[in-house]
Amino acid sequence: MNEPAQRIEVASDQDVVRVRQLVRTLAVAVKLSLVDQTKLVTAASELARNTLVYGGGGWVEVAQTDNGRRKGIRIVFSDQGPGIADLDLAFTDGYTSGGGLGLGLSGARRLVDEFDIVTAAGEGTTITVTKWCR
Amino acid sequence: MALSADEAARFAVVLEDHQEALVTVWTERVASTLRGRLSQAELQRQNTELRRGFQQALAGAAQDLSGESAAELRAQLSELSSTRARQGFSATETAVSIFAFKEAVLATLDAQDSTNASTLRDYVALSALVDEAALFTFDSYVRVREELIADQTEQLLELSTPVVKLWEGVVAVPLVGTLDSARAQVVMERLLQTLVDTSSPYAIIDITGVPAVDTQVAQHILKTVVAARLMGADCIISGIRPQIAQTIVALGIEFGDIATKATLADALRYVLAQTSKKGR
Repeated sequence: MNEPAQRIEVASDQDVVRVRQLVRTLAVAVKLSLVDQTKLVTAASELARNTLVYGGGGWVEVAQTDNGRRKGIRIVFSDQGPGIADLDLAFTDGYTSGGGLGLGLSGARRLVDEFDIVTAAGEGTTITVTKWCR
Repeated sequence: MALSADEAARFAVVLEDHQEALVTVWTERVASTLRGRLSQAELQRQNTELRRGFQQALAGAAQDLSGESAAELRAQLSELSSTRARQGFSATETAVSIFAFKEAVLATLDAQDSTNASTLRDYVALSALVDEAALFTFDSYVRVREELIADQTEQLLELSTPVVKLWEGVVAVPLVGTLDSARAQVVMERLLQTLVDTSSPYAIIDITGVPAVDTQVAQHILKTVVAARLMGADCIISGIRPQIAQTIVALGIEFGDIATKATLADALRYVLAQTSKKGR
């Protein structure tokens, strides 16, 4: 059965660091490879920062998960911010509405195995990502 | 229930008449909560002073802690919190030291024969003052700890961003830990200044100690490289481990024509080869 999820409120840069540390700890616990650990931690860092910078803060939930054959890590990022009006545009490499490189959202999707996003203008954003052990 | 002038005056007398017994009981109580981490003599001294503080405040008819006559007491309480915070005691342990004063007063009152309903009323009123004092200690404790943390954060920032001269004309910045905006700023300033001071044409930024390179970290590094280039220095990024390389590729970060190497040694070898080619 799945372990209980651990939740971190994201309201400052320090919280992004805490998310990263928690994800790394759990990724090591389910024995993700070093490359996958680094990819997942980096994706978590990107998305948690998006939650903070674009969503105006929110929460992140990290949990171990299991699909019967493989173990993995599932992370949920949720905010009540302005939401994303144009998803295609947001996933375009190099597009940013802030001052970043415009690679965070699209890059994070490439770093994980499963990526699910629920958003609408004015209704916040919830992103769920999963990385499975190989 | 605030302390009336009458009650304050009565307690001022009690505190004065029974000072030795009071301080002894108080010190015993506090000592048992601190479990020997502060010497009995030290506690005795602190409590003697605090008793005097309370006594003077009460003699000055202090009804609560904010009054003029309690100024001395407030200063003593801040002093206590600040030393306890720096000695590593918890906020609770610090506040309990003050709460224990109530027990000491109660023990003193018990020793008197004239215990009756009015003594109880007096005691409850005094208790309010002590509570206030303890809460004040708590607040100052938290403030001191916050100052400590802010100081340490600043020191850490300074500590964790050294720029070292690696070779004639080559400086290196070994980055360790999380590279946030504040640190990136410090790194950039230090590096640019060192480039000028040592008139070095080469800078190596080593990211072996950076656990995760995300777009924000990459952006900070890229900006630093561009700034160094504007000053005529070439930057090499070293310490790109296999997992970091794969992550950077998946993220889609481009380092363009910036030279990157797996290890610091490779980077130095590369720079030395470049300089000998140019015949410097």
